Amino acid sequence: MARSTQDSRASGADLSLTSVTKRFGGFTAVDDLDLLVERGQFFALLGPSGCGKTTTLRMVAGLEEPTAGRIDLGGKDITRLRPYKRPVNTVFQNYALFPHLNTFDNVAFGLRRRGVRDVKNQVQEMLDLVELSTYGERRPTQLSGGQQQRVALARALINRPQVLLLDEPLGALDLKLRRQMQIELKRIQTEVGITFVHVTHDQEEAMTMADTIAVMNHGVIEQIGGPMELYDNPATTFVSNFLGQSNLVAGQVLGRTGDELVVEVEGSKLGVPVDRARQTSGRVWVGVRPEKVFLVSGGTSTDEGANVLGEARVIDVSFIGVSTQYLVRMPWGQELTVFEQNTGARERFGVGDSVDLHWTPAHTFALDASQDARAGDERYEGGLATAGVGT
Amino acid sequence: MSVADVGETLEGRTGKPPRKRARRSGWSTGYLLLLPGLLWLLVFFVAPTIQLAATSLYDSAGSLEAGYAMTWSFGNYLDALSTYREQFVRSLIYATTATGLALLLGYPLAYAIAFKAGRFKNLMLMLVIAPFFTSFLVRTLAWKSILADNGAVVETLKSVGILAPDGRLLATSVAVITGLTYNFLPFMVLPLYASLEKIDPRLLEAGKDLYANGFTAFRKITVPLSMPGVVAGTLLTFIPAAGDYINSELLGTPRQYMIGNVIDNTFLVQLNYPIAAACSVVLMVVVVVMVLLYVRRAGTEDLV
Repeated sequence: MARSTQDSRASGADLSLTSVTKRFGGFTAVDDLDLLVERGQFFALLGPSGCGKTTTLRMVAGLEEPTAGRIDLGGKDITRLRPYKRPVNTVFQNYALFPHLNTFDNVAFGLRRRGVRDVKNQVQEMLDLVELSTYGERRPTQLSGGQQQRVALARALINRPQVLLLDEPLGALDLKLRRQMQIELKRIQTEVGITFVHVTHDQEEAMTMADTIAVMNHGVIEQIGGPMELYDNPATTFVSNFLGQSNLVAGQVLGRTGDELVVEVEGSKLGVPVDRARQTSGRVWVGVRPEKVFLVSGGTSTDEGANVLGEARVIDVSFIGVSTQYLVRMPWGQELTVFEQNTGARERFGVGDSVDLHWTPAHTFALDASQDARAGDERYEGGLATAGVGT
Repeated sequence: MSVADVGETLEGRTGKPPRKRARRSGWSTGYLLLLPGLLWLLVFFVAPTIQLAATSLYDSAGSLEAGYAMTWSFGNYLDALSTYREQFVRSLIYATTATGLALLLGYPLAYAIAFKAGRFKNLMLMLVIAPFFTSFLVRTLAWKSILADNGAVVETLKSVGILAPDGRLLATSVAVITGLTYNFLPFMVLPLYASLEKIDPRLLEAGKDLYANGFTAFRKITVPLSMPGVVAGTLLTFIPAAGDYINSELLGTPRQYMIGNVIDNTFLVQLNYPIAAACSVVLMVVVVVMVLLYVRRAGTEDLV
């Protein structure tokens, strides 16, 4: 049993994965992964389905054994430790509540296995924390999805694990409830101070809750950082497309003026801050987020020092309340996206209008041109959209 | 997910019209579908049961040729119970023992098929059902030669000293209980398999995650969740075993006779219909009462 670890309970411990690899037959689910989660962090593993994030989580839980590498928790090697001996608990994807036990007994399960006394008070306290105080007698089937989710959370949290693992815990909830639970989870995490490792494919969920996000794809980590850092300064085309949307256009680095790179894109010269460029010479992807771009009537952009791409034509307009989303076609055939806030101060455009795109160089980033510009873009990965990005 | 999607989803939820179901046609269809089954039960179950209960109250002095008079002779029950008490008790003991043995043998087997058989799962299930392809009688007769006095089983048991040099298996309680266990084992295994197979393996993972080792997880998760199968399997074994008379007839002697043999004999040899009917009714009532008590104790209402 986990008694030996009881002294180090309460406020979590550093979790580190070193060169962890997991193969299933010929398929490599997790490939030479290094990861450090500091104690007390709300850490998100974000990636599309099949990227290896759940496998990584299961290896930390002890439900899968790594093919290679080691996992340390609080400085102790737990790589081959049995799951029931790890000071780690999991909130499972479909909750996996015990159907034959009521809420109280579900939550008490871990305490009873460890032979803890004072089960009653602790369970009641935990049910209070997740606001289910009066639901102790109910069976899981008599609870709503959101309530089941909170029971699953309480059942794991009550053991005061050093790391709490959450495997897509909100995936089965509807949108409104999911929002509510995101805030709730964040509140609880702050309250108990336990390290949370949260696996999700929902970038918004990761950004809302996590202090640090690791974006995973094909078994490797593409980038680790805070939500703002990842969004503003993506390191790969995958991150730039998976976290929000990006416009990526092919360019050629001409040179450097001060701390800005000058990149030629289809005859226009664009500025990219050097510290936002992952590659500083040769061919690059020049990227900008759609909401950073402004539209003006064709030929009227006069902003000094702005990045301008001209002679575009509006091919689609979607008004969605807070903003208007434009799809514009560039002279070289590529389609780019622009989100204009509906502040009332901006000019409206219709389909067929000729427009120029302009934005501040500070919002521009440059990525390695050898990467696939469509990686991580659900519009393409879903196979829905027609080709629009030149290579 | 973008702001647009949020707007759409919220709108979609509030604007949902309440659904109405077309009730009228469904109502009569349900009853029409029930009709054949109900008729069948009425003619072949309810009517014979009433007839049986009536027969048990006929004057036992009557005969098939002279006819029976309805004299409400509740004394038939006292006669039946006092004369055949031994066989009644033996039936319950044999059936309970056989059910217990079938559970002991069947649970590991069902567990192995459900969780460990992999691609052999269907083959193993086939093998469990395979005995049904031959007749019940033939299978029981086969046990007669398996347990025969000069057979390999008896010889082996004698040589290792489990059986005395003049000991035998055939014509003993052991033989009858062995036969009962064997014959009803599939009825135990199949419901057990069905309920074990339904258990979500993620629940066992959750158990391990919550500090339960393999054995504790089995005890606290697998066993309670397989209770519907245990209850169904034990009932399907116990009920027919309690009324069986083939095993005691073929593998036993009159000293191993069960109540089924008594009923068979009183009906068909002695032609004492009232006493035979009284025995049948007693057996039925005892089984029903035991089953009700058992199901209530097992407390599976909210699991099945």
